[in-house]
Amino acid sequence: MAVTAEQAAVDLREPSGWRRAKNQFATAAMWFAFLCMLVPLGFVLVTVIAKGASVISWQFLTNSTVPPNILPANVDGEGAAVVGTLEITGFAAVMAIPLGVLGAVYLNEYGGNRPLARVLSFFSDVMTGVPSIVMGLFIFTIWVLHFGYSGLAGSFALGCLMLPIVIRSSYEMLRLVPNSLREGSYALGATKARVTVTVVLPAAIGGIVSGALLAVARAAGETAPLLFTILTVEATNPNLFHGANTTLSWQIWENAQQPYAGAVARGWGAALTLIAIAFILMIVARLVTARFARYSR
Amino acid sequence: MGQPEQQEQQVAAKLEVTQTTAPPVGFSPTEADKVFDAKNVSIYYGSFRAVTDVSISIYQHEITAFIGPSGCGKTTVLRTLNRMNDLIATARVEGDVHYRGASLYHKSVSPTAVRRRIGMVFQKPNPFPKSIYENVAYGPRINGIRGKRQLDEIVERSLRQAALWDEVKDRLNKSGLGLSGGQAQRLCIARTLAVEPDVVLMDEPCSALDPIATGRIEDLMREIKQRYTIVIVTHNMQQATRVSDRTAFFSVLRDEKPGKSDTRTGVLVEYGATQQIFEDPHDSRTQAYVTGRMG
Amino acid sequence: MSATVQAGPATPAGPASGLSSRRPLGDRGFQVLALVSGLLVLVILVLIAITMSQQSTTWFTSEGWSGIFSIDWDPAHGKFGAMAFLYGTVIVSVIAIVIAYPVSQGVALLLTEVVPRRWAAPIVSVIDLLAVVPSVVWGLWGILILVPWLQAHIYGHVASAVNNIWILGNLFGFLNHNYVSGASFFTAGLILAIMITPIVTSLSREVMATVPTTDKEGAYALGATRWEMIRGAVWPHSQTGIIGATLLGLGRAMGETIAVALVVGASPTISSHLFTPGYTMPSVIALQFGEATVGVFRAALIGMGVLLFLLTIIVNLSARAIIGRHARRMGGAA
Repeated sequence: MAVTAEQAAVDLREPSGWRRAKNQFATAAMWFAFLCMLVPLGFVLVTVIAKGASVISWQFLTNSTVPPNILPANVDGEGAAVVGTLEITGFAAVMAIPLGVLGAVYLNEYGGNRPLARVLSFFSDVMTGVPSIVMGLFIFTIWVLHFGYSGLAGSFALGCLMLPIVIRSSYEMLRLVPNSLREGSYALGATKARVTVTVVLPAAIGGIVSGALLAVARAAGETAPLLFTILTVEATNPNLFHGANTTLSWQIWENAQQPYAGAVARGWGAALTLIAIAFILMIVARLVTARFARYSR
Repeated sequence: MGQPEQQEQQVAAKLEVTQTTAPPVGFSPTEADKVFDAKNVSIYYGSFRAVTDVSISIYQHEITAFIGPSGCGKTTVLRTLNRMNDLIATARVEGDVHYRGASLYHKSVSPTAVRRRIGMVFQKPNPFPKSIYENVAYGPRINGIRGKRQLDEIVERSLRQAALWDEVKDRLNKSGLGLSGGQAQRLCIARTLAVEPDVVLMDEPCSALDPIATGRIEDLMREIKQRYTIVIVTHNMQQATRVSDRTAFFSVLRDEKPGKSDTRTGVLVEYGATQQIFEDPHDSRTQAYVTGRMG
Repeated sequence: MSATVQAGPATPAGPASGLSSRRPLGDRGFQVLALVSGLLVLVILVLIAITMSQQSTTWFTSEGWSGIFSIDWDPAHGKFGAMAFLYGTVIVSVIAIVIAYPVSQGVALLLTEVVPRRWAAPIVSVIDLLAVVPSVVWGLWGILILVPWLQAHIYGHVASAVNNIWILGNLFGFLNHNYVSGASFFTAGLILAIMITPIVTSLSREVMATVPTTDKEGAYALGATRWEMIRGAVWPHSQTGIIGATLLGLGRAMGETIAVALVVGASPTISSHLFTPGYTMPSVIALQFGEATVGVFRAALIGMGVLLFLLTIIVNLSARAIIGRHARRMGGAA
């Protein structure tokens, strides 16, 4: 291609080598950062699956006595802990989710710009930052000292942890509901409660549910709030309200500090179970979001 | 006639408002035909006076159009008629608004009850993210109607009145969000008609629609006015001439300059039979607007 | 078509029948219910502050202000100074931030500027997965896999390499006798970094997304490379927001208990050498609470819980204040 004098005068080449190099280096650094996130994730998942899979069995997930640590790996299981996790996290969810959604309803639908609402919104944000161990200590001082250890106390502690998370995520979802929907409902003669319950909440329900599921996943994995509230047991305790209990997270915490190979192996198995539970909740949350995104604008 | 009329004329003279209630030939409205009677209504947002001293009567089974340039309070006045302004915290209404003889802003009046009788269709169609059936059934449901057969009947009737039935009768369970703009607006109209209101207020219902959809909705309005009373805010003067019986022209206070948009106060300039407003306007501002010299 | 019933007839005075009604009980009840739920947060926070302070008063009274912050921690002899734990909490969190900051910024930039939207999903999934792994699992992996490996293969070599270099030797060199510990400040900081990176990344990403496109286009229109555009248009706009996001990450790091307790080494030490075992406030509460049956011991642990509570609240408030200022400057863009 012949280059005319004019074309040569207009320099359309890439920027100077130095600038280009910096740009490429920067991009490479960003990908390297991603690699730094990927590597520990991959490492942990691979390890947990490799070491845990050999221990997992139907018996592992369901047997009801809590094995003494000295027992070798495949003899007993963590059934008690599975039940405990489901009970305690489940009850915490039953308490925290309705209260959290209602609190978000207050903040978004009724509170508006009033000082009380701003204060509550502010403190709800503050509460998301309170360490989970402080929640455990709190329930210890206010409940356990008077009523003893129980799964219920653990549920309270986890509930305190979940409450601000559910409030925040529900609030964001409610805010996204366009005002035109509310107006359309008011114009048909609905009261505010009706508008909220029949139009606003259904419109936001996808986001609210997925936010709640993620809060449950977080609570299921927590250990610190349970340290001072549930003590530990020797067998499955189906009674949430009375007597000590155990959870998968608790068992992992204990077993991680044990010198016995059997206990350690059970720890990996419990870790795999716990990750699987959290993972399933996360996937369901994603599916819910996707399905409801299809149904709304 | 007599004292109230004299008072009205005094007020009108002060504001240079030209108000004619001269009806089209052959029609003599009586007090019983009056649906709304607004006297000296001023509307404030906080300390900002959005609309000043509006007095207007709306008659039943007519289509009344509010026209005028943007920002002169047409929508504000419209929303006052079904207490939708209550939803804005700083809004305040002074003056009297009577609905069929009863004071609309009396402290014992429930806004919810008001809105069941006076419905509203909005500028941008706002179907609920529910099925078409559920959209229309929403109003009757919250009024306590539960029987499936009854609801089916109401849904069909309302969709027919809104000229939408044939297009959606096979997909009542599909989401209302999947309709085109014109269909969605007709759905919103059907939804409003389902509670059998007395009055239907429409805030620029066709401004987001194409001309064909607009035409269908105008046909719709002409059909349903036999059973309802309609007040429509419109930017489209041709639309006002096509559908309305009476037209009210709003503008801003005489001494305000155009362009200071946040601080203009709206005022009712002239109100009369549509034919008269467009062919023989009494006020020079009206004439300037309808002949296209202003706004 | 049946005839429609006309609306209520006019009455001579007062509102027409059917227009007036009191606000229905259900409507008012619902509002009260929502209000009570909202208040719950405030109630809980106040209760936390009150009850925990009550339980820890004996610590304050028996040690006094100087005693609380002394470096002397010896429960067997009635000494409950918390300075070592405070130090450990701060050091470990700072290490976490120093490691997590560049990683999170890199990935956030990747998502907002480099990767086309449709390919962003896998990267976001990695962030979400990282966030969903429970703390105790990080701790399990940390103590059983990471700690031994670091001790055997990394720390020793790094320490010998830098032992005699000024500053680096103080940080990464040997404390004494050629000994480094896998369970140490640095390992705890490392694991914390892994744990807080997801949240700092997500928040930074949100902040970066509010940069107006016109500014970015303006930079490109001047012939800037992408990196130059980021430095010129993205960073100035997002700086305050990113600082806020980082502070929030710091708050999370300070409060994190379980993973840190398992890998920090459980030895109350104040030392600049990062490859030595240490202790943090949440870790000591977690590990020692079972043994704290004596009054002042327990009060001391609960008291450290109060300190932790205050500390994280202060960090969080600062973060919110900074983010709030950023949001206002951006015109309130959500």
